[in-house]
Amino acid sequence: MLKIEGLTAEIDGKQILKGIDLEVPTGEIHAIMGPNGSGKSTLSYVLAGREGYEITGGTATFNGLDLLSMEPEERAAAGVFLAFQYPVELPGVGNANFLRTALNAIRRSKGEPEVDAMQFLKLARARMKELSMPEDMLKRGVNVGFSGGEKKRNEVLQMALLQPGLAILDETDSGLDIDALKIAADGVNAMRGPNFSSLVITHYQRLLNYIVPDRVHVLMNGRIVQSGGPELAKQLEESGYTAVQAA
Amino acid sequence: MSVLFEPGPEGFLRRYEGLNARLPGHRTPWVTALREQAAKAFREQGFPTRKIEAWHYTDLNLLARSGFAEALTPVDEDVALPEATAPQRVVFLDGRFRADLAETPDSGIPVRSLGANLSAAEGLLGGVAKLDEVPMAALNTMLFEDGALIDLPAETNGGAIELLSIIQSGERPVAVHPRHVIRLGKGASLVLIERAIGRGDGRYLHNPVVEIVLEEGAHLTHARIQQEGPAGLFLSTVFAKAAAGATYDSFLLHAGAKLSRSEAYVSLDGPKAMAHLNGAQLLSDGQHGDCTTFLDHAAPDCASRQTVKTVLAGKSRGVFQGKIHVHQIAQRTDGYQMNQALLLSDQAEIDSKPQLEIYADDVKCSHGATVGELDEDQLFYLRARGIPAATARSMLIEAFLQEAVDAVEEETARNALATAVAGWWEKVA
Ligand SMILES: Nc1ncnc2c1ncn2[C@@H]1O[C@H](COP(=O)(O)OP(=O)(O)OP(=O)(O)O)[C@@H](O)[C@H]1O
Ligand SMILES: [Mg+2]
Repeated sequence: MLKIEGLTAEIDGKQILKGIDLEVPTGEIHAIMGPNGSGKSTLSYVLAGREGYEITGGTATFNGLDLLSMEPEERAAAGVFLAFQYPVELPGVGNANFLRTALNAIRRSKGEPEVDAMQFLKLARARMKELSMPEDMLKRGVNVGFSGGEKKRNEVLQMALLQPGLAILDETDSGLDIDALKIAADGVNAMRGPNFSSLVITHYQRLLNYIVPDRVHVLMNGRIVQSGGPELAKQLEESGYTAVQAA
Repeated sequence: MSVLFEPGPEGFLRRYEGLNARLPGHRTPWVTALREQAAKAFREQGFPTRKIEAWHYTDLNLLARSGFAEALTPVDEDVALPEATAPQRVVFLDGRFRADLAETPDSGIPVRSLGANLSAAEGLLGGVAKLDEVPMAALNTMLFEDGALIDLPAETNGGAIELLSIIQSGERPVAVHPRHVIRLGKGASLVLIERAIGRGDGRYLHNPVVEIVLEEGAHLTHARIQQEGPAGLFLSTVFAKAAAGATYDSFLLHAGAKLSRSEAYVSLDGPKAMAHLNGAQLLSDGQHGDCTTFLDHAAPDCASRQTVKTVLAGKSRGVFQGKIHVHQIAQRTDGYQMNQALLLSDQAEIDSKPQLEIYADDVKCSHGATVGELDEDQLFYLRARGIPAATARSMLIEAFLQEAVDAVEEETARNALATAVAGWWEKVA
């Protein structure tokens, strides 16, 4: 279970997270919606361990582990996965090499044997087929020259390969065409289970038709201002955030 | 440790006076005249100092302070050889040609010992070297004992050859001045992997000079791999000229040595000649690496490409100086120069000095330079996938260098370079 209490964080002296309280019980999928600049990506970065944020208060634990005191790779090893809103390009780093290094790093930390190049290819090919990704994407530099949608699919592929316990999807739906959206949603739904939880950040109710969340939270100005069931997303779609603010 | 040999230029001039009656070619007038001319040029110039503009960033104090002698290696000394990077190989041990260690196919190998075949090098040896401008080349010419002589007839393909130089070092500082002379006849082609390896951790000077003449349409791939010992001083000079339609495709790798400086003087003399002056420097704590090139576009319709990448760790210092001179006659020159440095520590320092002098009006010349550290966002992306910080850093350093190596088109040379850089990033990440 992911448990965030009173989390405050700033960047360059500017407070972005102003006291986040959020619990995602194991096995559940929660959605976070909220206007541009409200702090959604900041929250996901802080949970994944990106540098540059000053945590000024509060706690964040995952299955009892104090995330905020861990290195990013330790959090990943503990099962935290962030699908980036803006996946980073790594020129000169082959996608296959990257994916295999990541997979083996995670496996090593779990005490599982590493996969060799052949085993990896088999695994990756199977997952890529499910996501209808062309195989040549393995040979290219990580995200280099990938279209917006291809980058997002590459994030979903990484999730599918690394099998995290907590997936934070930061606008993974933005940039995906309708078919890709379904495919990506299927990828997430396939992971649903008693040991998987997810935090799905999105601007669009549409995604939540495919990934039906257990709870929906509204993040505004660094705080969760409203929480509810899946119907809350539909309400927001109709009335916008100004109504929430007024409420 | 006491100084056994007189330091400075005087020391070398004294060696020359003592040795010149025994050096190869001492009974051949054109050779002795060339050596005399070189001695005069060296006496007048001495070692370059930082007062000279082109030497502003590289200090030869270490060289000037030490005294050096010749290697006294027995002619049949046993030596362990690294795996060859090309199907043909010749070996120089402490500067001496070792025919017994060569790997020669049945068809023979187009390499001879220069020291033993000086008469075949008449007109070639000293033909391209600029003794009055390059004191290290003058020093080499004054004292060289051996080297490779490659003279490929027109329209022949010499295949791929490794030219391996091993220098053993210990208590007694030695100086080795190999001289390689290469001519590719019209339409001939060759892949040359010139590799310098140091054994032992003593001080020594390796001062190779390579003279290259490419006749019309000839094609030379020249990979230079410097893997000297930790106290080695590597000062190397290439003089190359390319006739019409010829290609000089070179890649310089500085991976070892305490101090290394490689100069290349390349002249595109005929229309549609082409030069690649690429390179990479891998510098760890305490190392100094300097890649300096002078490129002359002296004919129309020529092209040049230069990408030099330097990675600096610890307290190291890197230098890139790239001068491109486009003569008035060199219309429609197409030149590209890029130098990039990756600084892995606050104490590392890079000086880069691109210099474009363009006297023709119809030219396309672009150049750029970047200096940076590892990208934080890229590092975080890798670490967020569970990859430990050191591995992530090492992957990004590898990626930076890989790009440079991948640009080498010829496969044998590319593989040799890839092997030479492989794993370096793990040591500095
Ligand atoms: N280095 C910085 N210095 C100052 N402000 C910053 C810095 N980085 C981010 N911010 C601000 O933090 C706020 C929250 O940004 P964040 O990316 O978390 O928003 P978001 O909710 O993900 O928005 P979007 O829906 O557009 O993705 C924004 O106002 C942004 O401008
Ligand atoms: Mg965002």
